[in-house]
Amino acid sequence: MSTVVPARATALAAEIELARAGFALSVALGLAPGEVLAVLGPNGSGKSTLLAALAGLLRPDRGRVTLGGRILTDVTAGRHVPPHRRGIVLLPQRPLLFPHLSALGNVAFPPRSRGVHRRTARVVAEQLLSEVDCLELAARKPAQLSGGQAQRVAVARALAADPELLLLDEPMAALDVDAAPTLRALLRRVLRGGGRTAVVVTHDPLDALVLADRVLVLSSGAIVEQGPTRSVLGRPRSAFAARIAGLELVSGTACPDGVRTPEGAVFAGHRDPTLLAGEPAVAVFPARAVSVHWERPTGSPRNIFPVTIATLEPRGDVVRVRAGAATGGPAWADGLHAEITAAAVADLELVPGARVWFAVKAAEVALHPAAGQS
Amino acid sequence: MTATSPGPLRRDTGDRREDTHTARTALPTLLWIPAVGGFALIALPVFGLAWKADWIRLPELVTRPAALQALELSLRTAFVSTVLCVVLGGPLAVVLARGHLPGLRALRAVVLLPLVLPPVVGGLALLYLLGRAGLVGQYLETWFKIRIPFSTAAVVLAQTFVAMPFLVVSLEGALRMAGERYEEVAATLGARPWTVFWRVTVPLLFPGLGSGVVLAFARAMGEFGATIAFAGSLAGTTRTLPLEIYLQRESDVDAAVALSLLLVAVAALVVVLVRPRSAEGVR
Amino acid sequence: MRLAAAFATLALVATLSACGTGPGGESGRRTLTVLAAASLTETFGQLEKRFEAAHPDVDVRLALGGSSDLAQQIVHGAPADVFAAANPDTMGSVVRAGLADGAPRTFARNELSIAVPPDNPRKIGSLADLARDGVVVVLCAPQVPCGAASTKVQREAGVRISPASEEQDVKSVLGKILAGEADAGLVYVTDVNAQQGKVRGIPFPEAASARNDYPIAVVRGSERADLARQFVELVRGEAGRDALTRAGFEVP
Repeated sequence: MSTVVPARATALAAEIELARAGFALSVALGLAPGEVLAVLGPNGSGKSTLLAALAGLLRPDRGRVTLGGRILTDVTAGRHVPPHRRGIVLLPQRPLLFPHLSALGNVAFPPRSRGVHRRTARVVAEQLLSEVDCLELAARKPAQLSGGQAQRVAVARALAADPELLLLDEPMAALDVDAAPTLRALLRRVLRGGGRTAVVVTHDPLDALVLADRVLVLSSGAIVEQGPTRSVLGRPRSAFAARIAGLELVSGTACPDGVRTPEGAVFAGHRDPTLLAGEPAVAVFPARAVSVHWERPTGSPRNIFPVTIATLEPRGDVVRVRAGAATGGPAWADGLHAEITAAAVADLELVPGARVWFAVKAAEVALHPAAGQS
Repeated sequence: MTATSPGPLRRDTGDRREDTHTARTALPTLLWIPAVGGFALIALPVFGLAWKADWIRLPELVTRPAALQALELSLRTAFVSTVLCVVLGGPLAVVLARGHLPGLRALRAVVLLPLVLPPVVGGLALLYLLGRAGLVGQYLETWFKIRIPFSTAAVVLAQTFVAMPFLVVSLEGALRMAGERYEEVAATLGARPWTVFWRVTVPLLFPGLGSGVVLAFARAMGEFGATIAFAGSLAGTTRTLPLEIYLQRESDVDAAVALSLLLVAVAALVVVLVRPRSAEGVR
Repeated sequence: MRLAAAFATLALVATLSACGTGPGGESGRRTLTVLAAASLTETFGQLEKRFEAAHPDVDVRLALGGSSDLAQQIVHGAPADVFAAANPDTMGSVVRAGLADGAPRTFARNELSIAVPPDNPRKIGSLADLARDGVVVVLCAPQVPCGAASTKVQREAGVRISPASEEQDVKSVLGKILAGEADAGLVYVTDVNAQQGKVRGIPFPEAASARNDYPIAVVRGSERADLARQFVELVRGEAGRDALTRAGFEVP
């Protein structure tokens, strides 16, 4: 197992291996002080399990976790520091404010638990509540707060524990669309402004872009991709990272003209200078770069292949056309999307089941090495 | 229920009662027939009791020294039993809901046994444990000169035995509904296990505590079989109201009916006084 | 609502009475229902067999229980042909309800006995021994016949017993002695005999002051009044007297 050690001093270093029925997690990661890491991955990829193991709520089968020089978990040495002495706070998806305490009481909970005097804890709590713009809600019980308000109070409560490491488990997932931007801005302020070391699990590339220095993509319990946020989302090398970034991906091996797919067809595009012929590579393009035709088009687009229309999903003023593999067409076309205007759909009279042609301009396709091989 | 669910998804407070203009789904008419039958089966016998009662003599019958003595003993023992149920059953519920022990299922089955056991069997079981010739009782007698049967303590033990599961079930239900996540969050916020227990787990118990206490107290007040088998029946010491009713039935049916109504009234009072507050939960 | 309640009651009564019609109506066999005090269990069991042997077409159904329970059942309309009570008072309640066919007749007498465990660990020999310190005594409650008798014998002997418990009936008193919780109790001679050595009876002279008469009567409205009278005659006749004496009763 190779430990990822960033160039800067390490705040968190963790190697975790954990097996449950039908699921195994094996991850090594490191964080520099003040660094924010976003963890992306499909459902069931082990994101929440990873957080629980870091927080000490789960004991890994093998591995080691150190935070700021303290050994929190060392399975070989039989060491497992319990959650309350780790200095790691987990902010769950639901705010889980204690229902019997007011907003103020909730935020005062961590300092009170440390034995801080009631009055001092109150001052701290009020200050944190005003930092999350919830001071006027101090006296309310959690049941009297909206989802967004409750989550902001939960953030204040997490900060009140003054953690060395903050873990956020999809903090925006349970919020409605108008509450999410406020919380995202708040988190950016407290995480980036406060110099917090944090791990954010999310589904939303926007969270990663706004909050994180680095991104780690988890799939089936293993890291498939990691790196600086912009490079992972801008040049995704795994199908999941591509999808999360809103990009389409075709994989194969690098060849002089592009990426050779398993069928032997060549997918052309802008070539990454570091890409060596013969190594695994991916071709990535936005769905809006795909055009749809009844007849095989001729002319400039160089990537043309037949598909069957699986579904048509309206998304605002565009329609996402999801492809299935067509008889005689490439199998990798299954699951690709074209994004075209509703007017175009109407003009073309597209219906699910129709056999059509997808065309992608080579100018819109980026080629780079595939994930998991570097 | 509303109070313990995390509820962050709801934007409103979720506490507003439905106003009369709200359209409701109609119940199927056929449902009313068995429902009314079920209600009648419970309500009509009580009505029959009231019908049979000698209302003119009632004040005199229920204020007889023997009646008042039995009522006082019942209230006193039921109160102590309920306190015992809370002190012992509360922690038991927490262990059952939150403990990670092998065999917890079997443990829960044992705890629920008094619910399905005829009380007389419970009384006999207590007798063969704590009686003079019982497993533990014989040593209590020879070493400490403590004799439990025929004492008020025996009444309290019998009542606690039958009432405890009601409290445990209510509290365990409240804890399971709340889930373990609150405790996990509290732990990561730096709270020690003892702090988590007192400041998080115990408050989560409150919604179940009201109904649990009512059920346990009512069950203790009504206890008959285990008491008569284990504690005997002596005025002022072990003859609680149900035992007095059973005895009066032999000699003075009117008195038995009057005392039955007294017990119904006390039970109704307890349910009415405590129940609504428990329904409100922690709010 | 009132209508619905009435309907529900009707439905309930219909259901219950449907459950009630079990045997009896079948195959022309006649049923004679005899309600008897629990202390008559053995004796009446023997007499039931004897009566059925003499009347092959008759099925005697014996309902045994506390006398006052049985009396209340009769007053509330339970089907019954013969009632044998353990004391005149409970029979009196049936008579007052106008449900006794003719005057009840006394057919047996019972008297109290001290009951102790077979090894008599407290060396009880007389009623006065029951009043000793540290002897755990269980009596019947004064409200029930055996308790009334217990009070009477204490007065007669000039003894005051402080019981550990005043039980509902004789069986409960015996139960406490059998369980080893009580050192002694006052029950009827016939109850001691019925235990066949599991408790020891100690007779005492004052018992004679509180003899208990067992009356028997045909229940008015019995559809088998003739059979019922024949059963009463059997109880009061030679066979009945034999069986009762063997069980420890005195017969008049």
